[in-house]
Amino acid sequence: MSALLSLQGVGKRFRGLVAVDRVSFQVPEGAIFAVIGPNGAGKTTLFNMIAGALEPSEGTITFAGAATTGLTADAVCRRGIARTFQIVRPFPALSVEDNVIVGALLHRHDVGAARAHARALLQRLDLYDKRHRIAATLTLPDRKRLEVARALATGPRLLLLDEVMAGLRPTETDRMVAILRELNREGGLTILLIEHVMRAVMALASRVLVLDHGVAIAEGAPEAIVRDPAVVQSYLGAEAV
Amino acid sequence: MIGRFTAGVAPRGALLLALLFAALAAAPWFVNDYLLTVLIIILYFAYAGQAWNIMMGFAGQLSLGHALYVGLGSYVAATLFVRYGVGPWFGFLAAIPVAAACGGAIGYLAFRFGVAGVYFAILTIAFAEFARIGFDHFDFVNGTSGLFLPVSEHARTDLWRLRGSPTMFYYVILAATVAAFALCHLLMRSRIGYFWLAIREDEEAARAAGIDTFRYKMIAVMVSAAVTSFAGVFYAFFYNNLFPEQVFGISRSIEIILGPIIGGIGTLFGPILGAFVITGLAETLTSLMSAYGIDLPGAKQVFDGVCLLIVIVALPEGVWPPLARRLGVMKEPK
Repeated sequence: MSALLSLQGVGKRFRGLVAVDRVSFQVPEGAIFAVIGPNGAGKTTLFNMIAGALEPSEGTITFAGAATTGLTADAVCRRGIARTFQIVRPFPALSVEDNVIVGALLHRHDVGAARAHARALLQRLDLYDKRHRIAATLTLPDRKRLEVARALATGPRLLLLDEVMAGLRPTETDRMVAILRELNREGGLTILLIEHVMRAVMALASRVLVLDHGVAIAEGAPEAIVRDPAVVQSYLGAEAV
Repeated sequence: MIGRFTAGVAPRGALLLALLFAALAAAPWFVNDYLLTVLIIILYFAYAGQAWNIMMGFAGQLSLGHALYVGLGSYVAATLFVRYGVGPWFGFLAAIPVAAACGGAIGYLAFRFGVAGVYFAILTIAFAEFARIGFDHFDFVNGTSGLFLPVSEHARTDLWRLRGSPTMFYYVILAATVAAFALCHLLMRSRIGYFWLAIREDEEAARAAGIDTFRYKMIAVMVSAAVTSFAGVFYAFFYNNLFPEQVFGISRSIEIILGPIIGGIGTLFGPILGAFVITGLAETLTSLMSAYGIDLPGAKQVFDGVCLLIVIVALPEGVWPPLARRLGVMKEPK
């Protein structure tokens, strides 16, 4: 497997504060790659740099063989990287279906075709029956699924999920894990997720990167990561082992 | 094509729309000259309100300086007519690129440098004011002394040169309003319309969905400016005189946006309904006051303000959305 996404010494400084300190890693095509770490470790900053919402202070980001460093968020999305937001932001006044149609129109010019595609995705994410609801009226788990549907509608090769499990009940988490796994296995979708819910990380990820204070302190298979003393020390706590 | 026009509209809605259109088309046979003039003014605001709504209602970019595009449209067409004898329809063709270029320049400045929200609105006011002061000192168009079009004889109707009776002007602005309605309807159901709504709702999320928000905001401003310019062409030929103060003034910009706010921002029919409500009520007030011999300068502005206040407090969506639900004119989504 070749690397779909590759980060080389990517760093971000906000004035004096080093949010992300020269992080390098590679996400192979078809992988599910998790980034974990305590609050304030720089996970979301790292994410925003990959998604083009923030420009890195140093380093290069390469996606599918081409540098994306410095591209705007919309250009990054057109290259094939779609994201969700940690604090969900569906288009509030639009219906669930219209939210997803917006994403589907990125690579489709016909609204009818986009609608058909959106409906197929909504079915997949268990939102089909709520497709005419106004997005603002949905519950949080539904809005999270809606964000995933809208991101998927843009036809990405890499899906960035920012704490998509947070606030979900265990059964909902399991359902989301099943959906993501299906997308990964059947569609060959590569997924990069930030996650606090270790249950989901262990179930999904083939590889895990641990960030602490902006520094990558460990990277490896999930089973190895949870036994890594540095990770236990900084993030998981002794009882997790 | 027909299908695209009827999508989302219940049969009852289509019927009501057809009845309204029939009533408006027949109106000149049933109303006197005064009422016809009121209807012309109403349709003028309905048209301009729809043009403004493209920018604010669809793409979420608040313009408080739309008088700029009205003024440019009127000055371009009137100058070509007075100085070179070029007819208003060609004048309109010339006004489109002028207005669109101005809208584009303002949009470029704002969107490139991250001027958004209320700051963007202030920028639009500033440019309208620039234009007002600039035209005050623009001798080619007679500066503050104004531009006058040769007054027509009402007996002769010359559609090509827009000289003729109020009835002719009535049908011209009715046709323009219908055309703007159809254009907005198509835009709203197109790819571009979806992108505009996404930008209106959450620009960062729109960008994350791959939308080049700069580009689509530029398109919104330019289309809105170009459509608005026809209101200016009409204004010049209907009133036959133009003063910078009168066309570029901020109160003109405010008048344009009253209709859509009262009718319902971002809706198709809101700007039309709003123009009927606000202009209709204001004209009723004016004629009542003159009938009773009351002379209160500024009463109309106060009245507009009160109406606006009532709508914002009681019907924040505008009058049309709740009315549409009650009338059952929109199709239940299937």
